[in-house]
Amino acid sequence: MIADLFTANVILGILASGIRLATPYLYAAIGETFGQRSGVLNLGVDGQMLLGAFAGFYMTFQTGNPWLGLLVAILIGAVMGLAMGIITVTLHAEQGISGIGIYLFGLGMSDLLFQKTIGNVETVTGFQPVHIPVLSDLPVVGRVLFQHNILVYLAFLLVPISWFMLNKTTLGLKIRAVGENPEAADSLGVSVKGIRYFTCILGGTLSGVAGASLSIALLNVFQQNLTNGMGFIAVALVYFGGWRPLGVMIGSLLFSMVNSLQLWVQVLSIPVPSDIAVMMPYVLTILALVVAVQRVRPPTALTKPFEREG
Amino acid sequence: MAVKTNKVNPLLSRTMAALTPVLATLAALGVFALILMALGANPIEAYGALVEGAVGSPNAIADTLVKATPLLLIGLGICIAFRGGVTNIGGEGQLVVGAIAATLLGLKFPETPGYVIIPLALLLGFLAGAVWGGIPGILKAYFNVNEILSTIMMNQIAVQGMNFLLRGPMIDPVQLQAASRIPQTARLARAFDLPRLVPTRLHLGVLLAVIAAVLVFIFLWRTTIGYRIRAVGLNADAAKYAGINVKRYMVLSLLLSGAFGGLAGAVQVYGVTHRMFTDGSAAGFTGSAGFNGIVAALFGQLHPIGTIPAAILFGALLVGANKLQRVVQVPSALVTALNGLVVVFVVSSEIWRRHQAKQNQNVEIEESSTPEKEVTGIV
Repeated sequence: MIADLFTANVILGILASGIRLATPYLYAAIGETFGQRSGVLNLGVDGQMLLGAFAGFYMTFQTGNPWLGLLVAILIGAVMGLAMGIITVTLHAEQGISGIGIYLFGLGMSDLLFQKTIGNVETVTGFQPVHIPVLSDLPVVGRVLFQHNILVYLAFLLVPISWFMLNKTTLGLKIRAVGENPEAADSLGVSVKGIRYFTCILGGTLSGVAGASLSIALLNVFQQNLTNGMGFIAVALVYFGGWRPLGVMIGSLLFSMVNSLQLWVQVLSIPVPSDIAVMMPYVLTILALVVAVQRVRPPTALTKPFEREG
Repeated sequence: MAVKTNKVNPLLSRTMAALTPVLATLAALGVFALILMALGANPIEAYGALVEGAVGSPNAIADTLVKATPLLLIGLGICIAFRGGVTNIGGEGQLVVGAIAATLLGLKFPETPGYVIIPLALLLGFLAGAVWGGIPGILKAYFNVNEILSTIMMNQIAVQGMNFLLRGPMIDPVQLQAASRIPQTARLARAFDLPRLVPTRLHLGVLLAVIAAVLVFIFLWRTTIGYRIRAVGLNADAAKYAGINVKRYMVLSLLLSGAFGGLAGAVQVYGVTHRMFTDGSAAGFTGSAGFNGIVAALFGQLHPIGTIPAAILFGALLVGANKLQRVVQVPSALVTALNGLVVVFVVSSEIWRRHQAKQNQNVEIEESSTPEKEVTGIV
C-alpha cells in the first residue's frame, strides 16, 4: 500500500491539493507579515478567519453568488482589523493577549451566528475551478498548477505583489521603518499610528479572505471552529518565512504539502494512525521554527506600542 | 532620602486599579447586550437567566465552583509564566497531557486503594504538564523560539495525541466491542473519585486549587526562586546583570506554568469526568479552560489570590450560559464570544491604569526633587 503513494497519479494529486490547501495560510500569513513588519503581532488571525469564513458562507448561501460572499468576508475582516488597530495601536493593549481575545470572540461569535442563522449542515456552490486555457491542458503541470479556483491564483499572485509593496514602494519603506525604529520614522514625519492602522486593517482583510477561501472555495461548508487553528499556524509561518513574502510562501507550501500527504495517506488507508499523521505538520512547524529563528531576527519594534515622548 | 507621599490616597488608587477591570467587564457586557438585541434576544432576560443559572441554587453554586477549579489552576500557572516574563498559551495542551497521564495511572492500577492512586495521579498530572510546558521553555531559552507559537503547536500535538490514544490504545473495552466505538476511556474505579465535600458536585479539587493559590502566592512573593522569577519578568537585562541565570528561570517559569495546567487536567478527570473523552478538538475535553484560565489570571491582575474570585466569576459565566441557552434559545457559544470581548476590554482598559500610575509617579517626582534620589538595584 505504501507503494500506492508513489504512483504518478497520487503524487500529482498530492501536489495539486497541497497547492490548494496553501491558499488560506498564504492569505492569512501575508496579512500577518504586513502587520508584524510594522510592529504589530496579531494573534487573533484565527478568529478573524472564522468570522470571514462565516460571513462569506452566509452571503453565498443566501445569494448563491460567491463574489458577494467574498466581498462581505473582506468587509468583516477589515472591521475586525480596525478593532485590532484600536485595541493595540490607540489603546496600547498587550498584543498577544488582545489577539487571544479577538480569537475567542471570533470563535464564539462565528459559531453563535451560524447556529442562529443557518444551524444545520449546508453546502454552497462556491468558487469553481478555473481551467486556464492552453496551460491547464499541459501534461503534469496543467493539473498541478492551472486547474484551481480563482482564490488560489490570487493568493499566489499576492506573493510578488506584497514583496513589491514591502520592498519597492514608499509605503513599504514606511511600514518597515515603523516596525524597526518607530521613533526615527516618527521624527521623519511618518505617521506611526496611521501605518499601523493600515497594516492592521490589511491583515484583517486578508484574514477574512483566508477564511472565505475555506468556506466558499476549498470546502464549501461552514461549521463550528472551521479553521481548527489555521490562523495560529499562519502566524508561525510568518516567523518561519523570516517576515518575507517569499519565505512565507515556501513555508505555507511546505506545511500544506505535508498536510496533503497526510490526507492522501488516509485516503489510501495506509496503516499510519491518522491522528499521528495530523500531528506531523505541527511537530514539523516547531522544528522549522527552531531552524528558521536562528537565521532571521524579528522586526525590532514587534509588540511594542508607540507613544511620542513628552 | 526621598519621602514618598502620594497626593492620591494610596488606598483609593489601589481600589481604582482593582475596579478598572470590573468597569471594563461591565462595558463588555454592555456591548454584548447590543449584540444579543441584534440577535433578537432580550439582554435583561438573558443576563437574568445567566445569573440564576450560575448562583440560583446550592447546586448551581457548587457547579460554578467546580467549573472555576480548572480555570483557577490554569490561571495560577499563567500568573507564574507572565510574572516571569513568558507567555504561556499552551494551557489546553498541558491540561490534556496532565489528564492523560493521570488517567493512564488510574486505568493501570484499578485495584490499588484510592489514597495511594489519587495523590500519585495528581502528581503525575503535574509532572506531565511540567514536561509539556518545559519543552517550549527550553526552546525559548536556548533556541530563541517564540513561546507563544511553540505552546500553540504543543496544544495541537497534545490534542492529536489524545485523539490517537482514545481511539486506539486507551479506548474503553466496551466501546471496542460496540459498533459506535465512541472515543473515550473506561470509567476510572469509583474508589478514585475525589471525595465530595457536601452533597453536591463540589469535590476536594476545589479546595486543593484554593490551597494551591495560596502556595503560589507564597512561592512568588516569599521565596528566593519566586523573587528571581519575578525579577527576570520585570527586567531580564537587570536580572542578568545581578547574576541571575535568566535562561534557567525562563524555563522554570514555563515548566511550572505547564505543571499547573497538568494538575488542572488530573483534577478534572478525578473530580469531574472520571474518564477521558474526545470530540476531536481540544475544547471537547477541556471546555477551553486553557484559554479561559488566561482570562481569569489577567482579570485577577496576575495575582494568585486575585485569580480566585476571577476564576469563580468566569466559572459562573460558563455555568450560567447553559441556563441561558435553555431559556432564551441562544447557543452557548455566546460565552466564548463574551469571554473574548471581556479579554479585549480588560487589556484595553490597562491604559487608564497605567495613566493613573504615571500620574502618581509624577506627583512623587515633583515632591521628591531632592538630589540624593535613592537608586535601588536588583539584589
